[in-house]
Amino acid sequence: MLLEEITKAHAAETRPTAYINARLIDPATGLDEQGGVLVADGKIADVGRHIHGEIGGDTALIDCGGAVLAPGLIDMMVFTGEPGAEHRGTLADASRAAAAGGVTTIICMPDTDPVIDDVALVDYLLRRARDTAEVNVHPLAAMTKALAGEEMTEIGLMQAAGAIAVTNGKLSLANARIMRNVLAYAHDFDMLVIHALEEPTLSSGGVMNSGEVSLRLGLKGIPAAAETIMLERDLRLVEMTGARYHAAEISCRASLEIIRRAKEKGLPVTCGVSINHLSLNENDIGPYRTFFKMRPPLRTEDDRQAMAEGLASGDIDVVVSAHDPQDADVKRHPFPEAADGAIGLETMLPVALRLYHNGDIPLASLLRPLTSNPAGILGLESGKLAIGAPADLVIFDPAVPWVVDAETLHSKSKNTPFDEARLEGRPLLTLVAGRIVYRYAEDRNS
Amino acid sequence: MSIAPLTSPPPFAHRHLLGIEGLKPPEITFLLDLAEEAAHAIRHPAAERDALRGRTLINLFFEASTRTQSSFEFAAKRLGADVMNMSIRTSSVQKGETLIDTAVTLNAMRPDLLVVRHQAAGAVELLSQKVDCSVINAGDGAHEHPTQALLDALTIRRHKGRIERLIVALCGDILHSRVARSNILLLNAMGARVRVIGPSPLLGGGIERLGVEVYRSMEEGLADADVVMMLRLQRERMSTALIPSSREYFHFFGLDREKLSFAKPDAIVMHPGPINRGVEIDSVIADDQRSVINEQVEMGVAVRMAVLQALAPHLQSQA
Repeated sequence: MLLEEITKAHAAETRPTAYINARLIDPATGLDEQGGVLVADGKIADVGRHIHGEIGGDTALIDCGGAVLAPGLIDMMVFTGEPGAEHRGTLADASRAAAAGGVTTIICMPDTDPVIDDVALVDYLLRRARDTAEVNVHPLAAMTKALAGEEMTEIGLMQAAGAIAVTNGKLSLANARIMRNVLAYAHDFDMLVIHALEEPTLSSGGVMNSGEVSLRLGLKGIPAAAETIMLERDLRLVEMTGARYHAAEISCRASLEIIRRAKEKGLPVTCGVSINHLSLNENDIGPYRTFFKMRPPLRTEDDRQAMAEGLASGDIDVVVSAHDPQDADVKRHPFPEAADGAIGLETMLPVALRLYHNGDIPLASLLRPLTSNPAGILGLESGKLAIGAPADLVIFDPAVPWVVDAETLHSKSKNTPFDEARLEGRPLLTLVAGRIVYRYAEDRNS
Repeated sequence: MSIAPLTSPPPFAHRHLLGIEGLKPPEITFLLDLAEEAAHAIRHPAAERDALRGRTLINLFFEASTRTQSSFEFAAKRLGADVMNMSIRTSSVQKGETLIDTAVTLNAMRPDLLVVRHQAAGAVELLSQKVDCSVINAGDGAHEHPTQALLDALTIRRHKGRIERLIVALCGDILHSRVARSNILLLNAMGARVRVIGPSPLLGGGIERLGVEVYRSMEEGLADADVVMMLRLQRERMSTALIPSSREYFHFFGLDREKLSFAKPDAIVMHPGPINRGVEIDSVIADDQRSVINEQVEMGVAVRMAVLQALAPHLQSQA
């Protein structure tokens, strides 16, 4: 059967299924060859050149028509409105957007109402995810109560309840003593600490990158130094404590240099970049377009190029969507008063493919920070085409051209900076634990 | 209404005046010429004008302003318009109504012109996208204040006969000033040499990329200047530690007789008002004959009349 023919009925297939005639890309091993994947019992039963049309027995066959078959994407930074702001977005619609974007695992930020800072809330979120989400959901727990940066949360207990790492969410923990204590304590549990980078006293009042554009627009700027100061401080504390540390999002060339040096020193440090900072720059704000208002702010074109270089060189470990649903009520304001954030789950892979089409980065290297790298950092079994790994897979055509229409995206909030963007490449089929959770053929016809 | 032949486009083809950015030098000259006529008309009130007869103008000020608001009101009334002043700070916004809601509500009242001041940069442009009438920017955050730049240009032209090649020094809080931004754009477009003078925290990094020469001392910056344009210093610049005190500021950047002596002998002194005497300008200078501050106020009305007249042909036809 061809991919285009798959319908809901086939999606419920429980027999072992062979996905054949695919371009297999396994970023973990660098594998890039024609072949197939055999899926059984929700896991990858076999993979390689020898999986082709002649497989007999009870096995269902699906012909990928030469499309790329890769591990499903793992997105380390997803905000949802659940709990507290379900009108902006829920786990359910984030999950549908993820599936449509080839993302099979989402890591949810604790910036909700209430903040995920307690064992019961971690448990609640996991139960909601089980009941309403079709992709894998792992919660991040707040590392300080209410993200206020003052009292440490029950990191060990929340880890036991299923929190995959701790973070202070969108906010940087300004108090260095408390940050030191959190790092030292998290280290005892081998708990990863994910941290946003913004020295708040330097960025105070700022609404976009500080520079010529902010000067022209008469908007208060956030200097890149607000990011590098916080990053340098954190790295000193990592040196003191030995904690595993992940810089949530870097956005400027100077931060990349700092990360590079820290890695040369052998510190247990990784970093992420958002798809927005890989593909957009401050000029995109143009006449005060609030869908391009985000934190960290879009920086200069030189910074954007640095992010692409850092991705190609491997110094940047992870690409995130930073999916942050905001509705018109908070976006349709004068720029300084509008909310930060952009949705991105559904467009992350197609936008990332721009870097591949531009020749900035080979396909396997592009997929690594979207799959095997986050899996490694978070200790997940997925993110690779390996026998026994969960059958979390995406089949995508890297070349098909399409135009983004915000209204047809699956996210409840439509605040995409890529509305009407011309993109090349999109997911055709997404599987979570062997189950089909997204079919482009059906999406297109609906 | 007469219809111009298709071969000669109207000299001012904009429906809104949102900023100096986007205006071409001939359009600026057209507005200044029109304002010159209006200035004459103000002094010779016999000439009746009715360009806006039957039209309604709403002054929508989210930030308090006495002189700009009354200047627009006066200009509009001289052209025969009905004027409504709305002080938004004390009404619906405090009840959680957004700017867009306000715009939609006002739009339903079918005004012909909205004059808007708002504390957020870009707010006036946003509002212009949501209403059917013509919109004039009376100041949006630290972005633009186009009629101020036009009235400054008119005042300069009346004294110097031209703008091209003049050395114009803007002194003080450039970073937070919409007046400075609009003036830099206009003066550069008209071929003046623009200098900015002030302490670094009030200039902002990269200011030279706006096409200005940057000075940190009045002595150097005012040398050979034809025009000295002082900017108002807000009290909060001290409380937010951008500069230490008004005393120190006046010592280094306040315009007094000695500092003014560095400029050309016939230099004119300007200030958008209201003045902080003894902070950015010495009382003696403010009242000196080289000061054209009062004339700026008069030209303010003239320029606003000119802008209203220029927009009049583009107003929606009345139902």
